[in-house]
Amino acid sequence: MTRRPFKLVRIARAGGHAGILVFFITFLAFPFYWMLMTTFKTTIDLHDVSKNPFLFNEPPTLEHLAVLFQDTQYLQWLINTGAVGIAVVLITLALAVPAGYALARMTGPWAQTLGIAIFLTYLVPPTILFIPFARIIATLGLQDSLWSLVLVYPSFTVPFCTWLLMGFFKAIPRDLEDAAMIDGLSRFGAFVKVVMPISLAGVLTSIIFAFTLVTQEFVYGVTFITSASSYTVSVGVPTFLVRGDVYFWGSMMGACLIASVPIAIIYNFFVDRFVAGFTVGAVK
Amino acid sequence: MTTATANTFTAKAGWRTRLADNERLLWPLMLAPAILYIVLLVGFPFFLSLFYSVSDVTVGSRSMSFVGLENFRRVVATDTFWTALKNTLIFTIVSQVFVLVFANILAMSLSADFRGKWLVRLLILLPWVAPISLGAIGWLWIYDSIYSVINWTGQALRLLGPNEWPIWLGQPTLAMVSIIIVQIWRIVPLATVILLAGLTSIPQDIHDAAAVDGAGFWRRTLQITFPLLLPITLVAVLFGIIFTFTDMIVVFLLTRGGPYDQTQVLATWAFFTGIQGGDLAGGAAVSLFLFPVLVAVAIVFLLLARRSEVT
Repeated sequence: MTRRPFKLVRIARAGGHAGILVFFITFLAFPFYWMLMTTFKTTIDLHDVSKNPFLFNEPPTLEHLAVLFQDTQYLQWLINTGAVGIAVVLITLALAVPAGYALARMTGPWAQTLGIAIFLTYLVPPTILFIPFARIIATLGLQDSLWSLVLVYPSFTVPFCTWLLMGFFKAIPRDLEDAAMIDGLSRFGAFVKVVMPISLAGVLTSIIFAFTLVTQEFVYGVTFITSASSYTVSVGVPTFLVRGDVYFWGSMMGACLIASVPIAIIYNFFVDRFVAGFTVGAVK
Repeated sequence: MTTATANTFTAKAGWRTRLADNERLLWPLMLAPAILYIVLLVGFPFFLSLFYSVSDVTVGSRSMSFVGLENFRRVVATDTFWTALKNTLIFTIVSQVFVLVFANILAMSLSADFRGKWLVRLLILLPWVAPISLGAIGWLWIYDSIYSVINWTGQALRLLGPNEWPIWLGQPTLAMVSIIIVQIWRIVPLATVILLAGLTSIPQDIHDAAAVDGAGFWRRTLQITFPLLLPITLVAVLFGIIFTFTDMIVVFLLTRGGPYDQTQVLATWAFFTGIQGGDLAGGAAVSLFLFPVLVAVAIVFLLLARRSEVT
């Protein structure tokens, strides 16, 4: 700022700024704060409308978490999510790394269009494809199997990660590869031995992105899987823990919190790279 | 230079090295697996969906026959379809207008430097990065008919009378408001970080020059920031539209389309018809109504990409 406003104006402006931030933090983070409170409150406390719900009117308890891990298949769902996530990440990398590199190095008018076309398939929503998929999965005999998810999830992780990696590879100067080829490496060898080692950040971003997409997916999971032991976390908590007549709010909120906060924190480190991918070159 | 080195090597090497050096073969080969996967798992199901919508297929059936536009006629004849279509439009338009306003304000507040910014950013990103199905369950508890914390706070602050106790998810209009709030909550973080990326890409010189020329905050915002931010705002809006118009998770988990189908949207209606009702053909017909919006958004994206290529 080149102008120096009066002190009062500055204070008012800072106050307004803080006010805006407080409003949005309250709106956006409140549900998670509320999950935290609910997880550790006793059932009696949760169900007492006359007392202030923002306070612990009875000492905090771990009973809801005990129920969650001992009496439900929550742990199994976490394991399922991890297993599907790892498998999908491997498939995604195997397909997206070579494709992203080829798109980055291809010349001609088709390269850019092809890249965008692949990216756009990421936008085809599960809600258009889940009906044919329901029958395809049934025909393949994969209902209730985690393999159905391993098969289908790359359909949205591959397009986005290909696009993301293409951006990374484009940023690597061709001179490096040319120099390596003069030193006797083949075109493909230059990619594997020179480009790959310096692209680990891009690969890591893709891994995080593919994994978080798997943990967030709900529509295919709820369509393909009906037996509780094969659920992933994002499907198991809302469908299985809600289905009963009694709502175990403490356990449910604990389940939501445990599954979402670690993902949120990891994702946060990479968010700028995702945004760069999302903005399709509208920002230079 | 590349071709020269390639030639010296092909002279004494076998087919494997020749392949590894021939870009005309190498690029298609590296692209083929990804494209094949996408064609098989996005393209094929999509055409299957088109095919189902003109057939009489159900979950259990072994044979199917062609019925023309019968499914579309049948779907369009129900009241629920029109409610769902109307709700989908309201759900999308209202939520995205709020997202646009909120995200602009928030992005501008975040573009300034202040202490603890990383923590603020982590907190406001939570709704987008946490699995939405779990976030929605958090809201289910906040909207609970007996223990709603919103109602308790409203009464404590005397905003609600002693006998006022809105049932958020139980009354048609309130239920619609409730799911729109959750959708705003979920999309604002994404739109904010996209706009923030746009804001930081505007060089400070432009602002400084304008300030020297006597332009105040509002004038700089309206005449410099907004026009320069337009393409990226469009990107944020397009993602918001796609993720809202085709979403079924929020409605599915909060109201299941109720009460009495009054909050049904196209995506949930397709699910209830096709998967839970077993009428795959009808469900496919409903879900195909999502497609035109998708095509429109894709076209705008392509135009945007072309524009950024030219400039």
